[in-house]
Amino acid sequence: MKIAIASGKGGTGKTTLAVNLALRASETRNVVLADLDVEEPNSSIFISGNKLIEQQLFRSVPNWEKEACTLCGKCAEVCQFHAVVKLGETIMVLPKLCHSCFACSELCPVNALLMRNTPLGWLRVFEQGKLFFLESKLDVGEEMSAPMIKQTIAYMNDKLPEPEYQFRDCPPGTSCPVIAATGDADLVLLVTEPTPFGLHDLELAVEAMRQLDKRMAVVINRWGIGNDKVLRFCETERLPVWAIFPNQRKIAELYSRGELIYPKVQEFREGLDSILDKLDLMKREAE
Amino acid sequence: MKIAFTSAGTNWDAQIDPRFGRADFIIFYDEEKDEISSFDNRNIIKVAHGAGPQTAQKLFEFKPQVLITGNGPGGNAAAILSQMDLRIFTGAGGMTVREAYEAYKNGKLPQSD
Amino acid sequence: MKEIVIISGKGGTGKTSVAAALATIASQTVMADCDVDAADLHLILKPETRKSEAFFSGVKAVIDPNKCSSCGLCQDICRFDAVCHQGSVYRIDPLDCEGCGYCHHICPVDAIDLQEQQVGYCYISDTKYDCQLVHAKLEAGADNSGKLVTKVKKDAKEIARKTGMNYILVDGSPGIGCPVISSLSGADFVLLVTEPTLSGLGDMQRVNQLVEQFKIPTGCLINKSDINPEVTEKIRAYIQGKDILQVDEIPYDEEFSQAITLSQSLVEFNPAKWQPRFTKIWQTIIKELQ
Repeated sequence: MKIAIASGKGGTGKTTLAVNLALRASETRNVVLADLDVEEPNSSIFISGNKLIEQQLFRSVPNWEKEACTLCGKCAEVCQFHAVVKLGETIMVLPKLCHSCFACSELCPVNALLMRNTPLGWLRVFEQGKLFFLESKLDVGEEMSAPMIKQTIAYMNDKLPEPEYQFRDCPPGTSCPVIAATGDADLVLLVTEPTPFGLHDLELAVEAMRQLDKRMAVVINRWGIGNDKVLRFCETERLPVWAIFPNQRKIAELYSRGELIYPKVQEFREGLDSILDKLDLMKREAE
Repeated sequence: MKIAFTSAGTNWDAQIDPRFGRADFIIFYDEEKDEISSFDNRNIIKVAHGAGPQTAQKLFEFKPQVLITGNGPGGNAAAILSQMDLRIFTGAGGMTVREAYEAYKNGKLPQSD
Repeated sequence: MKEIVIISGKGGTGKTSVAAALATIASQTVMADCDVDAADLHLILKPETRKSEAFFSGVKAVIDPNKCSSCGLCQDICRFDAVCHQGSVYRIDPLDCEGCGYCHHICPVDAIDLQEQQVGYCYISDTKYDCQLVHAKLEAGADNSGKLVTKVKKDAKEIARKTGMNYILVDGSPGIGCPVISSLSGADFVLLVTEPTLSGLGDMQRVNQLVEQFKIPTGCLINKSDINPEVTEKIRAYIQGKDILQVDEIPYDEEFSQAITLSQSLVEFNPAKWQPRFTKIWQTIIKELQ
């Protein structure tokens, strides 16, 4: 079963939940956790397994074959992203803007643009007990997250043995990287906090997930810092709330040191276990 | 020498636009002929991706030897500009085009590498 | 007219709270909320919208079912799996379509059109403080390029020019992608708001690489500075090494959340405590702009 952990707002505790939930679950079952916040992946701070694989990820970008080119300019005309530019007698490709659609390459009448691999970032796979952890990190300067996210998901689905639960720590927000990360997930766990920012961004996230027809549940973090409007929103919208975690300075401190929360904070552990119970139930219902 | 400026207006008294890719205007000054002209780049707001390269292409047509701007071009624009025989001077933000030209002549603007 | 951009790399460091607090005390300033994916500044500033403009960006391919000859060529070449077979014709899923236009060029019967997408709105509003706010809403699933951010900044600049304001204060986007790059373009000063967690430090370093590319003077505010003295020290060392101005260190304070919950800025919530502090922060930034 694939579970995406997302939120409209950054800083609500997605990574904290993803990491703690995955490691707690891995005490008794096979689990995969992927950090898909490829611009700023942070889960690895909390995980200390053995590195199994380190591999560079690429995407396809056109390369100009000068000798074959007739300078017709069709490539520059066709590219919607201004990634292929005609400068006098030169055709220049801007890899960062390229969406890898292959249009310029395949529509070139003389085959003067050949698709080649260009580095995108790095994928690392770690093993810790029954947990496989994948971290994908986009190279600074690369502007698009979605291709990396899609490749990481494909890697998880194709190359790793199927786990009982596959958790995805998603990027914040509701734009295209999040859509790519939640892609084929069976459930989206939305993490929020009981403040106006948390509620507002939860509304945006719910709207986005509804467009994708995704099953959702909500986790409320840092309960106590604001008001109960977020809980009432969930009631009105019939969104199940699977856990409410209290606001405790101790939790912030543990996080700041890169430590796991659940071994040291009982309420947190209980909250995680109740989420796992609900996941088990959902899994049984599906079978 | 031919000099290009990123600018908020079309004449010597206009403010330098600190941006490159999304600069409102590009002013071209031909030192030998003492001629000034400008290109209205404001349509660039319609462009989602690749504003820098598109503006850089405009420079390619005019073929300046010097570009004077505020912050400096971003990565994609810089890639295109590197195809030209061009020296880029930054730090002119906050000046008028005239002041930026003086500063450049007096060696007060840092050159980008 | 000077532009100050507040970014953080990581979400949740208090960037928007800082922006709102500065908005309360700053004078001669226009606010711009460039975190268009999850805009929050308006929740504190309580704007009254004076003007709203639909925002268009990117295209999506659309097949005219009446013209479609069912040859399936579009499906063959689409790299994004956006084309599906529906009965006797083909259909493009707008959520998957990247707008590359390949199918439009290749369709033998010209049945595919590229249509401009409305992906959000840009608003100009009055606020409860002395400043106007330019903000935007990006629709769910939209491609967040720098375009909407640029529009927000452009409108802010125009207002500043027309009303004789001296400063534009920008609440920037998280991350290191296109929206952040657009937020930074044209800035005169960057304020990095970070927190002493390993994540906060790492994200700040990555976003600073972007800032360095644009060569913009930078300052740093460490929020929740006492939750991890070791990491706070690491941040101090980093900013010293990079010639980044140390703007302030604010210890962890529940009032950040308490103020937001009441839709107030920190300065409104507890003026005695926060007004002097943020006034000093504002002066520090202004001084750098001279």
